[in-house]
Amino acid sequence: MTHSLHRYGRYEDLTGDFIVFAMPARGFNDTDAIETQKAFLRLALDFDPVNIGDAKRGGEFRPQEELNPLVHWRRNTEPDPQAVIEGVESTGIVSAVFDDFEKMQTFVRALQEADLGVSINISALADRAQACCGACGITRHSVEYSLGFQGRTEELPEKPVLELSTMCGHGTVSFGLAKKMLDRVRTGRKTPKDAARTLARFCVCSIFNPARAEKILAGERPDPPGR
Amino acid sequence: MWIDPKLCVGCANCVAVCPMEAISVDHTSRRANVDLDECVECHACYRGMSRERLNPTAVRLVRRAAELFRFRFDPEPDVCPTSAITPEELTWPRTVRRAFSDVLVTHESTGILGRGTEEVKTNDVTGRLEAGRAGFVVELGRPSTGARFHDIQKVAMALADTGAAFEANNPLTGLMDDPSTGVMNPEILDEKVLSAILEFQTEMNDVERMLSVLRDVAMEIRTVMAVGVASRCDETGDNPLETILPDAGFPILRAKTNLGLGRRDSAREGAMAS
Repeated sequence: MTHSLHRYGRYEDLTGDFIVFAMPARGFNDTDAIETQKAFLRLALDFDPVNIGDAKRGGEFRPQEELNPLVHWRRNTEPDPQAVIEGVESTGIVSAVFDDFEKMQTFVRALQEADLGVSINISALADRAQACCGACGITRHSVEYSLGFQGRTEELPEKPVLELSTMCGHGTVSFGLAKKMLDRVRTGRKTPKDAARTLARFCVCSIFNPARAEKILAGERPDPPGR
Repeated sequence: MWIDPKLCVGCANCVAVCPMEAISVDHTSRRANVDLDECVECHACYRGMSRERLNPTAVRLVRRAAELFRFRFDPEPDVCPTSAITPEELTWPRTVRRAFSDVLVTHESTGILGRGTEEVKTNDVTGRLEAGRAGFVVELGRPSTGARFHDIQKVAMALADTGAAFEANNPLTGLMDDPSTGVMNPEILDEKVLSAILEFQTEMNDVERMLSVLRDVAMEIRTVMAVGVASRCDETGDNPLETILPDAGFPILRAKTNLGLGRRDSAREGAMAS
């Protein structure tokens, strides 16, 4: 999967967006990896991530299969990190998303000390990941660089739609839903927080950054804060 | 995917949710329809939307009454009030749509979720990408545009022409009639997927040439593609691509950095040594 690599935005748009993930290597260190994955997620919670997740079961913001019709007036959209941890039941990628460099770096230090034995990656601005490695005394092993989009890019939607949609690595946060949420925020029919959480529910790979989404959406309000 | 017309109330919530814009509401019948040629069977609508299981007749009556009195109501956007979205049993070659589009389908060939392999994410443990080599990942159809195998084949053939050797464990390589030419199984050429990843390795001194090939073929496809390239760092942590890519016109911005904290199971190491 290249799932976390191609998040759209300018440098300044990406400074609050860090994904740290753990992945066991199939056939090399994936025996008993479930407990290691849970340990990664438990440790992450100490550093105030904006989302944690298991790529097979989703993140803190998951769709509820069944809903009561009264939900339209009062819906519980609070994240449930414990459900993520308890739900890990097979080997795969687990991730933690941060909106703050210091928190991410402190988590990486804690991972070094925890010595989980599985591969740990940072998906973020390349220079920020390198700075984190430098501060932690880590020598980078390998790096995969995003070269952006090619082909019929003229048919891609406006910047905020692309920024929101590409925060799901598999493309299941559709352009249409991102446009709809932007429209609802622009017309005052939904708060940026609610809209961000709605979008996050469609990202099964759980690397969606709801804090960054909220900022993008808040910037589209008729009277955004700080204007 | 199928939307049951007996249950659908035409609320249109599912229209925005579809990454392929394959769902529309017929304003005469007031029912949602799926354009099966555009639907990639990603299950985003079925899995992402909650279900209320309301009685469709009652919902239609309430909706008509609300319309009559010009009462505006913004329902939750991720709810199918009558649970009308229904997955269908797929047959070949349509099965490839779901295999490449539904995030939760594990490819038999790789044993992992998604459209590619572990790439360099576990390179500190597997060593699959050696020093001095570059690993390319070309994801067609991304972001959220989708790709037909006609276009995937076009890119694969252009790369194969340059001698690119496709990753054997990538599920896309398994669908090629001949990986040395990039020719895909003709039965799937009209099929559409959310995205699919071509993976191959080259020598480091071939990176610029490959980038040029990709730039050229990108002009010929009817979709978009996202390109990534990886390599190992040296003993000081420096990476050769950080010079090559900007020189080739690709400034460094986002990247996935493997920290080198993984290791092989000691028991397996022992077994391999003996």
